[in-house]
Amino acid sequence: MNITVRVWRQKNADDKGKMVTYGVENVSEHMSFLEMLDVLNEQLTLSGDDPIAFDHDCREGICGACGVVINGQAHGPQTTTTCQLHMRSFEDGAVIDIEPWRAGAFPVVKDLVVDRGAFDRIIQAGGFISAPTGSAPEANNLPVPKEDADHAFESATCIGCGACVAACPNGSGMLFTAAKITHLGLLPQGQPERDSRVIGMIEQHDHEGFGGCTNIGECTSSCPKGIPLDTISRLNRDLLGALAKGKA
Amino acid sequence: MIVATTQTVKRPSAKRSTVALKYSMAVSGLIMLGYLLVHMYGNLKFFQGRDKFDHYLEGLDDILYPYLPHEGALWIIRVVLTAALVVHVYAAVTLWRRNKAAAGFVGNTRYHTKQNKTGVQRSYASFTMRWGGIILLLFIIGHVAQMLPNWLSPGGASDSKYDRVVNGFEIWWVVLLYTIGLVAVGFHLAHGFWSALTTLGQNHSSTRKSSRITAVSIGLAVIIAGGFLTVPFAIFFFGAGS
Repeated sequence: MNITVRVWRQKNADDKGKMVTYGVENVSEHMSFLEMLDVLNEQLTLSGDDPIAFDHDCREGICGACGVVINGQAHGPQTTTTCQLHMRSFEDGAVIDIEPWRAGAFPVVKDLVVDRGAFDRIIQAGGFISAPTGSAPEANNLPVPKEDADHAFESATCIGCGACVAACPNGSGMLFTAAKITHLGLLPQGQPERDSRVIGMIEQHDHEGFGGCTNIGECTSSCPKGIPLDTISRLNRDLLGALAKGKA
Repeated sequence: MIVATTQTVKRPSAKRSTVALKYSMAVSGLIMLGYLLVHMYGNLKFFQGRDKFDHYLEGLDDILYPYLPHEGALWIIRVVLTAALVVHVYAAVTLWRRNKAAAGFVGNTRYHTKQNKTGVQRSYASFTMRWGGIILLLFIIGHVAQMLPNWLSPGGASDSKYDRVVNGFEIWWVVLLYTIGLVAVGFHLAHGFWSALTTLGQNHSSTRKSSRITAVSIGLAVIIAGGFLTVPFAIFFFGAGS
């Protein structure tokens, strides 16, 4: 198949940036979206142009490194990571718009690469448990209801790709933050820091310049890991509880 | 690589976070919603006729009398509602500005593509919250001005509030403005009630659409907008009260 791509090109953080149109020929429908970009980059390199910078790592849909906005949708038309999106999802002759995640807290580094360090700092602010050293405790001493374990695990599958922020019209990082709050808050190991965790992470979330949640659900529907929307309600509930206890 | 392990810049307190602002927005919104339900119930007394409607409205002055003074309850309601409105608008404007800055606009647009501008699954009502909210605010200001004794009385003033209602709603543009206001209320509630309960931690569904709260929100929006509109429509289209 032959396609046309319009890609956001931006030399560095200070550059204004613009959309640039390229034709890509003989694209196999079995190629992943990133492989199509690889082919385009080979073309650009051969013609002496600067290849398009984009983030990627495992290309197996589990690391969270890749991610671009394709035709206005984070990770494109399928609910998966960009690396697991295949060209068969597009028509022959399609014009595909490729842009970086847009958020005040995710500044563009170059082309399609953004700095997602803000997510790391939110995790640093509370996305952890204290694990005492010494011999491993007897696992059966900590019973966890199956339903809680499942929901905690579901939330723990967040790969921190940032699609939720890119899809949210408010540039809110609430789904990411809520996934971690839910993951740790549902398990007994997460209880000692439950209040300080939600306070620390929300403070850092706002400090990084993410927006507020308006509960429209665009984050959930673009999340490649299907983090459910009720995690955000759980975060709200936890913060309400922590504030009521005067922990802030 | 991020190596900083200590926070060098003081973070804003969680008490002033976006989530805390949303709590105040949710609670103030629910207060106003509660008032709307009672208000709509009162409006429907119009269909009991002139005497009963006017008698009911006079009775409002003496709610809980003699435990509260004449008009005491009404003044409490007025103060609470005004405070709720101020809090609601303050939170909305603050979050609106913050969210706009957070969205990472490049010039006037966020994403340059012309595709999928309306998102993947978000509701139409959710698009109306901000501008619809401004329409609502203007509507409320006009509506309160109308309630001042015989001050703004399209169609003719009267000591009977029943007659004022009928006089007003016989005019097409009054009905039109009222309808615009009530449709705005309906859309605002269709997303707002869901959003308020979610903000207060009450959503347990994995998606917005699958939540029971969404269904209740839409039901509330239809009941409230529809309930309020029965009176002007009955007067304008079916000649009720004349």
